[in-house]
Amino acid sequence: MASDDLWILGIHMTKFGKHTDLDVIDLASEAAMGALADGGVTMADMGVLAAGCLMQANAPIGQMLQKQIGQTGIPVYNVSNACATGATALRVAAMAVKAGEADFGLAVGVEKLAGAGLLAGGSRKDDAPTWTPKGRYGAVAPVDGRIGTEIMPGVFAQIGMEYGHRYGGTSFELFARISEKNHAHSTLNPLAAYQKRFTLEEIMGDLMIAYPNTRPMCSANTDGAAAVVVTSGAKLRTLSLEQQRRAVKVSASILTSDPWTESCQVLPDVNTLTRNAATAAYEASGVSPADLDLVELHDCFATAELVHYDNLMLCPDGGAVDFFESGAPFRDGRLPVNVSGGLQSKGHPIAATGIANIWEVATHLRGEAGDRQIEGAKVGLAHVIGLGSACGVHILEKAAV
Amino acid sequence: MTATIPLVDYLVLGDQPHLEAHECEACGARFFDRRNACAHCSGTTFRPAAIPTEGEVRAFTIVAFAAPGIDVPYVAAVVDCAGTSVRANLINVAPDPEHVHLGMKVRLATYPVGADSDGTEAIGFGFEPIS
Ligand SMILES: [Zn+2]
Repeated sequence: MASDDLWILGIHMTKFGKHTDLDVIDLASEAAMGALADGGVTMADMGVLAAGCLMQANAPIGQMLQKQIGQTGIPVYNVSNACATGATALRVAAMAVKAGEADFGLAVGVEKLAGAGLLAGGSRKDDAPTWTPKGRYGAVAPVDGRIGTEIMPGVFAQIGMEYGHRYGGTSFELFARISEKNHAHSTLNPLAAYQKRFTLEEIMGDLMIAYPNTRPMCSANTDGAAAVVVTSGAKLRTLSLEQQRRAVKVSASILTSDPWTESCQVLPDVNTLTRNAATAAYEASGVSPADLDLVELHDCFATAELVHYDNLMLCPDGGAVDFFESGAPFRDGRLPVNVSGGLQSKGHPIAATGIANIWEVATHLRGEAGDRQIEGAKVGLAHVIGLGSACGVHILEKAAV
Repeated sequence: MTATIPLVDYLVLGDQPHLEAHECEACGARFFDRRNACAHCSGTTFRPAAIPTEGEVRAFTIVAFAAPGIDVPYVAAVVDCAGTSVRANLINVAPDPEHVHLGMKVRLATYPVGADSDGTEAIGFGFEPIS
């Protein structure tokens, strides 16, 4: 291992779901202590802590965590980057290690979301008694529902439909079948919030939220946390053979924002920044899409998964429908996607998601994924996207030791 | 005659209602909101650009679940107006997948949103099918 390589030494995710008796600090503590124990290190070893909790983005979540598990005086960075908050925390810890400012870094993402409804567009202000232009569009009244939609299931529905318009081949049923795949995968994941298999008819016949996304095609609001300890190759060499054997190489750790494209301020462009992140990640790692053994991608809605097959270059340009129809992204297919069950069944505790996806891939690379193990997995990719937008792509490789 | 006011300031009312964007003088990028600078090239000068009133539906969703006070179902869409993307609802069309489809040709239409306490009527816009 090269001295300046970046390694995951320890990683942990909590069960996703409803944790009635645990608050965010309990969940963050469980994840952080789990990751430390998994890596065979303690808080005293950590040189930097990065933490995120989107719903409590104003709280010093990292310091609140320290006050439960170890106040060692190290620098804490509390980060907020929409659904990419966890990946952003990891990036902060990774940058500190790469810069030589810390031998070990801890990144934590946590959220309490069980029972939450629409996270955007969940309420609309009443019309004012007199029409007065306000805001950057000079609007005299709230525009959600009058000029398009602010709800995420509707935004991502349009993103999937736009792909269908450009390349053809999409349908309500196709998007529902993507969801059917992920729910089927979830039955093997004991940490998933929902481990229920749905028939296609059940998915298509369920409550319509925003066509073509029905309720089971939307990510599940759940509680949960995930944490990761990273270190350098130089430091890893000084650790035990067992630690070296279970360490997972971070071959690429990339974060992008959305560059300007013609329609990006009308409908968020989740494509370009994902493609840019993937391109940078493949270049940094020397890994090509054909080398991947599994992918965890950000299926916040069934309509989103389709476009990311293409954005992550798992298929030729415009080939996402064919890629799905070939059976490739099923767990017994050529390139399994979201064997965790994805966000629709595993759950989407926002700030935890960008570390939990890395936990899933790392667990397969370590050969520790139990019933859902992808046999012989050596290389994997984890993708997360937060609207606004931010995209994290990590490429992970099994240790050669 | 009732006084009217557009729902948003980029809707121009009158005999030929249309949308008007801020177009970057340096690169041509178009924006509907108040600008500090261009997101594409960072240019700081803009000119008004009238957006064609006919276009094609590039993406849509039929929202069935929304905040209290919003009538559902409704169709939210992105309309490609000769190269400029516009966010709008599709109106004067049944909000179901049998009547709304990708690529359908549409044109701008206005409708009354309602009157305020002074009797001023707010006018909104959407796109309707060209039959
Ligand atoms: Zn410009």
